Amino acid sequence: MTTEPAEAPPAIELRGVRKDFRSPGGEAYTALRDVDLTVDAGEFCAVVGPTGCGKSTTLTLVAGMERPTEGTVRVSGQEVSGVTKGAGFMFQTDAILPWKNVLDNVAAGPRYRGVDKRTAHSDARDWIRRVGLAGFEDRYPHQLSGGMRKRVALAQNLINEPRILLMDEPFSALDVQTRALMSNELLGLWDLTHPAVVFVTHDLEEAIALADKVVVMTAGPGGTVKAEFPIDLPRPRVVQEIRFEPEFVDLYHRVWETLRAEVDIAYSRTQAPTAGVAR
Amino acid sequence: MTSTTAAPATSGESRRSAAASAFRAHAVRRRLLVHGVQIGVLVVVLGFWQLYVGSDSRKVILFGVPSGIVGRLKEWITVGTAVGSLGDQIRVTIEEAILGFLIGTVLGIVFGLALGRVRFLADVFGPFIKVLNSIPRIVLGSVFVLGFGLGLESKVMLVVVLVFFGVFFNAFQGAREVDRNLIANARILGASRWQVTRQVVLPSAFTWIVASLHVAFGFALIGAIVGEFIGGLQGLGVLIKTAQGTFDANGVWAAMVIMGAVALAAEWLITRLEKRLLRWRPPQLTEPL
Repeated sequence: MTTEPAEAPPAIELRGVRKDFRSPGGEAYTALRDVDLTVDAGEFCAVVGPTGCGKSTTLTLVAGMERPTEGTVRVSGQEVSGVTKGAGFMFQTDAILPWKNVLDNVAAGPRYRGVDKRTAHSDARDWIRRVGLAGFEDRYPHQLSGGMRKRVALAQNLINEPRILLMDEPFSALDVQTRALMSNELLGLWDLTHPAVVFVTHDLEEAIALADKVVVMTAGPGGTVKAEFPIDLPRPRVVQEIRFEPEFVDLYHRVWETLRAEVDIAYSRTQAPTAGVAR
Repeated sequence: MTSTTAAPATSGESRRSAAASAFRAHAVRRRLLVHGVQIGVLVVVLGFWQLYVGSDSRKVILFGVPSGIVGRLKEWITVGTAVGSLGDQIRVTIEEAILGFLIGTVLGIVFGLALGRVRFLADVFGPFIKVLNSIPRIVLGSVFVLGFGLGLESKVMLVVVLVFFGVFFNAFQGAREVDRNLIANARILGASRWQVTRQVVLPSAFTWIVASLHVAFGFALIGAIVGEFIGGLQGLGVLIKTAQGTFDANGVWAAMVIMGAVALAAEWLITRLEKRLLRWRPPQLTEPL
């Protein structure tokens, strides 16, 4: 597999990936095994699975924050080594810098890459407007609500115009209404630059409403891809309303059938006396 | 208080303003009470000292007396001290303290962040720093005076040694405690390792570093004065040593009063600096009440 394929390579490609972590006690813990996953350029892929199935680990491998124990991880045909270039990452918790105001936070990416301050700031203002935060440029993160901080993080990533956007339960800390609104806005913003997205979530409804493809993972330890479901609901979608469509309900039932078995397994493991290690 | 809250209110607006002014009056009264008691404590302590010691001339020589301390301060200001003008002594000591404080702080931050960021350096230099830290460093004052003479250099070096460790350990800990997600996020956004250190680790560690600066400046003054004690020609430490040598307890106390004023002024400046550097934090964290 050293030669480049002739056609455009997929945005993200995992082949036979295994990831072991070593606990402080010394024993190995397998987070992922035999993972094969392909995400095409511009595709929105949602990953669902029970707690501890290795969803987040998959993202850190693609982002280049961790190396696979076995197998290969490729981004745009290039094997990942070091932090992946052209990737964006939205964390579950806030990762914007608390000592920088909104403008400087959003302009951080271009500034790191050596863009001059004036250009970076004017680009940042554009993106702040697009995520609906115009007028908040001078605020510090602690002066913003949780939803607004998520918008800052989104603008901070999108200003780099990433080819792939990795999202690790980005809206899980938000209340239900804000969450639906943010999901909707995410779709609108995604349309602007169309990166390939891997969106990790616990929420199957959110996954189906957003994605082109839903990937179900098996219960950990040693989680792997159990099934993939193409979601051919028409776009543009309105996240708050799409859940009432019959096709949506139908898809939900089918995916849930697959997911439920894994959730039950994961739950039964948390009940067992030795399952404490399965985090 | 019960009388003000029971005031009849005609409308919601006036009730609110009445409650606000009652609250303000209460706050003012409380502040006056606190200051009044503080002055009372001072008067009692100084008065007792003045009356008990001042009545016996032998005790005055041994312990000093408030009126004598004020007199000595006046004399130093108007006539000058045994080793030169008072302003010169203060300037010499502050110069040593500040110079050593700046060098020690910068070294502490640089080494702390470097060892906090680079595991290899921490493994190599960790034991050395532990050993150096366990030495009673004030003894190094003798080494520096022997090696570098009675001038500025030996004191500055002693101050640097005293200041360095406090700042170093806080910077090191601060660099270790940085939120992993902040670093990962900056890396993915395109920051180099140096940019991460400059723009993520340093500001994050500043909360820790600034906390150490208060203690560090105290150490800086101690270092300068002890250095002058061990061997110096000018400065507040020399002033104290001279006063002690001539059984002038009032002189020792007077020098202490001056040092207290210097330390308070420095503390005020550092608190201002702290507020300025950490103004991004939520207010309840910067101003605990």
